[in-house]
Amino acid sequence: MKRAVLLAMIGIMTCCVGAGSALATTLNINGSTTVLPIAQKVGEAYSKAHPEVNVTIAGTGSGNGIKAVIDGMTDIGMSSRWIREGEVKLAFENGKYVVPFAVALDAIIPVVHPDNPVSDLTLEQLRGIYNGKISNWKEVGGPDRRIASISRDSSSGTYGVWVDTVLKGDRIGPRSQLLPSNGAIVQAVSNNPFAIGYVGIGYLRDGLKPLSIGGVAPSYENAQSGAFPVSRTLWMFTDNWPDGERLRFINFLLHPQKGQPLVKESGYVPLY
Amino acid sequence: MSETSAKKNKLDLFFHLVFLVAGASGVIILGLIFAFLVMESLPIFNVVSVKDFILGLDWYPTYLPADYGILPLIVGSACVVALATLIAIPLGIGTAFYLAEIAHPRTRAMIKPVIELIEGLPTVVIGFFGMVVVAPYLQRTFNLTTGLNMFNAGIMLSFMAVPTIASIAEDAIYSVPVHVREGSLALGASQWETLYRVVFPAALSGISTAVILGIARALGETMVVLMVAGGAAMIPESIFDPVRPMPANIAAEMGNAAFRSDHYHALFAIGLVLFVITFLFNMLATWIANRHKQVGAASL
Repeated sequence: MKRAVLLAMIGIMTCCVGAGSALATTLNINGSTTVLPIAQKVGEAYSKAHPEVNVTIAGTGSGNGIKAVIDGMTDIGMSSRWIREGEVKLAFENGKYVVPFAVALDAIIPVVHPDNPVSDLTLEQLRGIYNGKISNWKEVGGPDRRIASISRDSSSGTYGVWVDTVLKGDRIGPRSQLLPSNGAIVQAVSNNPFAIGYVGIGYLRDGLKPLSIGGVAPSYENAQSGAFPVSRTLWMFTDNWPDGERLRFINFLLHPQKGQPLVKESGYVPLY
Repeated sequence: MSETSAKKNKLDLFFHLVFLVAGASGVIILGLIFAFLVMESLPIFNVVSVKDFILGLDWYPTYLPADYGILPLIVGSACVVALATLIAIPLGIGTAFYLAEIAHPRTRAMIKPVIELIEGLPTVVIGFFGMVVVAPYLQRTFNLTTGLNMFNAGIMLSFMAVPTIASIAEDAIYSVPVHVREGSLALGASQWETLYRVVFPAALSGISTAVILGIARALGETMVVLMVAGGAAMIPESIFDPVRPMPANIAAEMGNAAFRSDHYHALFAIGLVLFVITFLFNMLATWIANRHKQVGAASL
């Protein structure tokens, strides 16, 4: 908590130093580090379009973002998960009405080396590979080689989605390797013909072969339609229906020509 | 007269205090860090017993119910460091002897700064090298499941420990006085016999300090093992299995652990274990160094 507060303070201070005029309106955005890149990209474009507005953004985590909205400490909260029951209760106790906005989608794609003959796995097979029940590629139609399953560290949101939707609460197998970033997974999988990993859709590139899941191809269209199973919605929350500057920002972010193309640039799936 | 002497005494007392504070600050800071580690890690032992913590085989801190067994992490650290030490000791001490005893002074003047430069390489660069160059190479050459494994981490850590060992051991060997060597040679010993029987024992305390510092560096190193050790929290069955050493685990998970949660306290307890191991290592080093200490001109 202390660390989060410190981060928020550093974020606010950096932005304040950058601000020239003291009369400018400020718009505070606070919360999930997963949503942070979107807020940063869109915030930058928004400041350019409306130079009189100071957008200050801090990545403090989803829980802190929602709490800041409830406490009235921020204009807009970011969250990579839906609001929890306890948080709704707290909001009502504080006399607040929290309004959610879906701002983007996050699709997590299983990837293998281009030399791997496997191109489709079912959710159940993926679950087996990651909980350790399936340990050889030949069990899923590949060569007779041990699978090097690669996972993200437990502090990443990507890992959270994977555990929820693929492992369905199972423990990740002890042989699963842990790497600290999307970039590290890209490195490891593109260099290892027997590896499987998972990355956010924005990290797909040459040298990685994205797998379809149960016949559903890993595309932006399938992620948008909800057909691709491993995805989640990214949210922003406001206290009550937004007005003034908050409304202008949310409209900018959800605009199909203004904010949403920037969502794609930040590595996520736009809403439309 | 007595006034100046009183002034002098005051000045002496002042500097005495200044240096006392400077000298004591190291001890005080160490004590504070230790106290902090203990305080932050103790609460975890309400949740899990010391025995289950140290000897438990499952590390699943984010699941419900959670398991906090760190034996795979301890074994991971131990294996990686042992492997690194095995590689680094002969290379490091060999380098030290070459530089101090065999190399021409001009060669020495050229090689020593280079070695010290390697010591200053950012560890993330070494980790990146291990990940991008060594891992694919190991995998192709030995036909492995993954190139990010214990062996890779061992090589990368030894790469970091060799300069530490070489540079300190070289100083120790170099400071063995010339007349000790000359005495040995005058008694008819060959250069090898002089090296092995006279110079080596004389420099042993310095060399063991060098080795211990090298090991300590490898033991606490975080970035390299986070990047190349593979990160699987399991007891390795071969040197080509991925492992997750303690520092890598702390670094990977601290960002996520909620402040003062069980997970947070467990990570601090791992830090405490690491601290205790390093401490015991230093005690051992001091003990070895004292037992083999040469008295007289050869002592460091």
